[in-house]
Amino acid sequence: MAQPLIKKDDDRDDEADYSPFLGIEKGAVLQEARVFNDPQLDPRRCSQVITKSLYLLNQGETFTKVEATEVFFAVTKLFQSRDLGLRRMVYLMIKELSPSADEVIIVTSSLMKDMNSKTDMYRANAIRVLCRITDGTLLTQIERYLKQAIVDKNPVVASAALVSGIHLLQTNPEIVKRWSNEVQEAVQSRAALVQFHALALLHQIRQNDRLAVSKLVTSLTKGTVRSPLAQCLLIRYTSQVMRESNPNTATGERPFFDYLESCLRHKAEMVIFEAARAITELSDVHTRELTPAITVLQLFLSSSKPVLRFAAVRTLNKVAMTHPMAVTNCNIDMESLISDQNRSIATLAITTLLKTGNESSVDRLMKQITNFMSDIADEFKIVVVEAIRSLCLKFPLKYRSLMNFLSNILREEGGFEYKKAIVDSIVILIRDIPDAKESGLFHLCEFIEDCEFTYLSTQILHFLGNEGPKTSDPSKYIRYIYNRVILENATVRASAVSTLAKFGALVDSLKPRIYVLLRRCLFDCDDEVRDRATLYLNMLVGDGSVVETGKDVKDFLFGSLNIPLINLETSLKNYEPSEEAFNIDSVPKEVKSQPLAEKKAPGKKQSALGAPPTAPTSSSDAYERILSAIPEFSTFGHLFKSSAPVELTEAETEYAVNVVKHIYDGHVVFQYNCTNTIPEQLLEDVMVVVDATEAEDFSETASKPLKSLPYDSPGQTFVAFEKPEGAILGKFSNVLKFNVKEVDPSTGEAEEDSVEDEYQLEDLEVVAADYVLRVGVSNFRNAWEGMGPDCERVDEYGLGVRESLAEAVSAVINILGMQPCEGTEVVPNNSRSHTCLLSGVFIGNVKVLVRLSFGIDGPKQVAMKLAVRSEDQAVSDAIHEIVSSG
Amino acid sequence: MLDLLLCRIWVPVRFLLEVDLITLLILPSLFHSGTSHCFCTSSMASFSAYQGSCPYIKSILLLDSEGKRVAVKYYSDDWPTLNAKLTFEKSVFTKTQKTNARTEAEITMFENNIIVYKFIQDLHFFVTGGDNENELILATVLQGFYDAVGLLLRGNVDKREALENLDLILLCLDEIVDGGMILETDANVIAGKVASHSVDSSAPLSEQTISQALATAREHLTRSLLK
Repeated sequence: MAQPLIKKDDDRDDEADYSPFLGIEKGAVLQEARVFNDPQLDPRRCSQVITKSLYLLNQGETFTKVEATEVFFAVTKLFQSRDLGLRRMVYLMIKELSPSADEVIIVTSSLMKDMNSKTDMYRANAIRVLCRITDGTLLTQIERYLKQAIVDKNPVVASAALVSGIHLLQTNPEIVKRWSNEVQEAVQSRAALVQFHALALLHQIRQNDRLAVSKLVTSLTKGTVRSPLAQCLLIRYTSQVMRESNPNTATGERPFFDYLESCLRHKAEMVIFEAARAITELSDVHTRELTPAITVLQLFLSSSKPVLRFAAVRTLNKVAMTHPMAVTNCNIDMESLISDQNRSIATLAITTLLKTGNESSVDRLMKQITNFMSDIADEFKIVVVEAIRSLCLKFPLKYRSLMNFLSNILREEGGFEYKKAIVDSIVILIRDIPDAKESGLFHLCEFIEDCEFTYLSTQILHFLGNEGPKTSDPSKYIRYIYNRVILENATVRASAVSTLAKFGALVDSLKPRIYVLLRRCLFDCDDEVRDRATLYLNMLVGDGSVVETGKDVKDFLFGSLNIPLINLETSLKNYEPSEEAFNIDSVPKEVKSQPLAEKKAPGKKQSALGAPPTAPTSSSDAYERILSAIPEFSTFGHLFKSSAPVELTEAETEYAVNVVKHIYDGHVVFQYNCTNTIPEQLLEDVMVVVDATEAEDFSETASKPLKSLPYDSPGQTFVAFEKPEGAILGKFSNVLKFNVKEVDPSTGEAEEDSVEDEYQLEDLEVVAADYVLRVGVSNFRNAWEGMGPDCERVDEYGLGVRESLAEAVSAVINILGMQPCEGTEVVPNNSRSHTCLLSGVFIGNVKVLVRLSFGIDGPKQVAMKLAVRSEDQAVSDAIHEIVSSG
Repeated sequence: MLDLLLCRIWVPVRFLLEVDLITLLILPSLFHSGTSHCFCTSSMASFSAYQGSCPYIKSILLLDSEGKRVAVKYYSDDWPTLNAKLTFEKSVFTKTQKTNARTEAEITMFENNIIVYKFIQDLHFFVTGGDNENELILATVLQGFYDAVGLLLRGNVDKREALENLDLILLCLDEIVDGGMILETDANVIAGKVASHSVDSSAPLSEQTISQALATAREHLTRSLLK
């Protein structure tokens, strides 16, 4: 009796875990794939085997090269079968395996046959497969069919060809651009998606031609576009055109605005939303223009669809950053969203309200948020904390309730990122709102009494050390700090010791007591803590008696470290213990640009394109090594700066040349990086002849030609100039001279006789920015105040009409070639004024700090105030000259 | 000593990150901001337009009630390795698992991805795109996928049924999006394209060899016997 019961249980277990792919193994599936070779194909069986292999690939299994090739060849046999279902699976499998070029040839003919089949399904799929795996040479063979397919009367076939065209445009632009006429015809198609795909492709073909895009938009906005997706595309293109064209200054009317507005009344929500979003993102959008868009978004806020509510509230949130007043109408709807099931929507609603709220509504809002905070995830809480921080900066008088809120949530449970956001906010409030300092520091002290994050404890201790001594009663913080020395781990203890020392250095009345506390730290079990205690005791006390704190001590404790840490780290690693002590001055100060390769853009690899070319790493160390290895240049002394490569040729010409300018105190070396892009040529004795008639102060001293330059392997040739000290500017014209030898591409052998030839390069300028090193400072305000107003020069400049403030800011940064500090190079959208902080080192090792204040008025006139502080009056003047001449 | 230095400059270190112009261009979130187009060089422009002006699907995921893959498709190389993909799937799953996305599609956002999702039985459908994407377009794609699977599985939408018809699911994915470009969003059309499972009508019967015909006959026989 018991037996069947158990059986039943087993059955149910099977039921729950059942999967047709249970226990599937790669080896077994590869074995099964042999059925593809059967003379009598069983389509069902084959389909199953393909499904199994696709399942494996989908689960993350990979085939080795050999396995993939084997499966690929087996799969190609399946083209014999007439089974439509199986053929579809074969197509999928080929795409999944992404065969190599020599394998592609095997299936090309089968696919081309399918491309001309009577069955639409075959045509469409074969096109997509073939375009996915093909390369340029094959593409020219099938181009004719593709052009036909684009205007095929079956929409599936046309779409397949158009979408493939979009992908191919990335790899073979010159071929796809020839299809323009067919694509244009397809734009008029009655089939919705064909129109969408055709429009996308047509725009991409023409996107570099502003006039053509503008024409395209003008003709289409008159209304032939039916598909909602295509309509969305058109809205995007239209707003692009609007951004590039200037509004009619007299009436403030924009071209195409009527079109965007009419889209707000479209029947598809997708289009309405796209248009509303486009309007809110117009540059310098007027409230009058915003109103219809905001009204539509407001309706979406009370939709039953979460996606719609989310889209609307997210857009309004962005609008609130620049036009808070325009959004206030939606506040009531927004408040009801605080209790939305979807927490993302609720968070966006809260943060929008925080941005649009006025001073009187702050308290009410804070009450609502307090209830809300307990039931959302950390990531949402961080967003709220950041919004509260900016609210507090906007209404400094409300700091008390906001600071209380922050300290309350600081005491609650939360992860590191969340706590860090709160601490950061409190720190910023303390810095910007003087009244908030005492209470803020007190909250932080409370927090470190029970803080599980070492990183935050050390941060707060450091901050306490800087701010605490300047408060009215510094002594009350000592207890909290010394508690850390007793209770915490070594890292926190060490920073607590540093903090104590800072109090001792700044507050004379506390010095004797600090002395006692530091003495106790000498018995700590950790080396670092003891070392610090010893160091600070010596500094504070000197020869045993408690003395006035000297300037050196203050510099050491409070001065900023103006060397990038990463450089310091490499230098310390390279330092070998010897008689000679480590010299901090030997650490390079240049901020290295981050390698771009990691920031590889998403979606670039559509079809199997191979890796994108890696950006040349312009490490100055590498340059210095190359240059010092050349005897002619070894006497030039210390390399001050190497510029980024400047292209001297257009892209895709026969010879690609770029130049790197190396600046020394009394010399300049041009390093020409040449690449020969013609496989049939070998270049010999390559040199650049530089004409310096427009650069009188420079005289050529040496030139180092390049012996030979074979196809596609870059080589360098150098030219050196002598120049007076200081920032001397000049313009140089360049001609590339060389002897050409013909090369037989099949054998790679060069012919005997050579022909002399030359190639005109673009001009090269030595500009002022070449004499400035991008060196960041860690705390700009301290550095600025430390520099003093002695060598300050202030002046105002009009920059004329500029596209946007951000463009003006980046242009000035580029001209000066200095390092933006504290993220000030980023200009918030639509802001009317901006302050940018720059720092750098001028040739001759003179530190320079620059404070740029920009303002923009209605017709895009940009004015700039430039304040320069440096260690040398002449350098301050030089910076002004750069700007006034640039 | 390095520790001392670290703690000394902790505040501004966040700001030291050098924002290169090219990085600026590549950050998708900045495409719409109106600042990027002024730096556009011709070589970058093509790429930015490809990303910025065309609706672009980054991935479509079909997971089970434990967050395991049923079928997934990635179109963007934001997730270059299998591990990155699995981590992404895991976080997408855990972030959405507690929500009720059974009647209406839900939406969330993290790490610059917009994720729209809908659940049925023990299957979780996701479509993801960049943070500048039109949410409603993503939702349309999701709805097309969801409905098409419903049609193909004849209303029995659960994990078991999906795995047993995995070929249909994979073909369905293939018909919805091609390399990130939206191919079709109408569920009926998608399902119609996938389900046209029949012997190629264009092949005349006479072309079939005797053995092929026998094989087909045998198959029909066994199938009818097994019923």
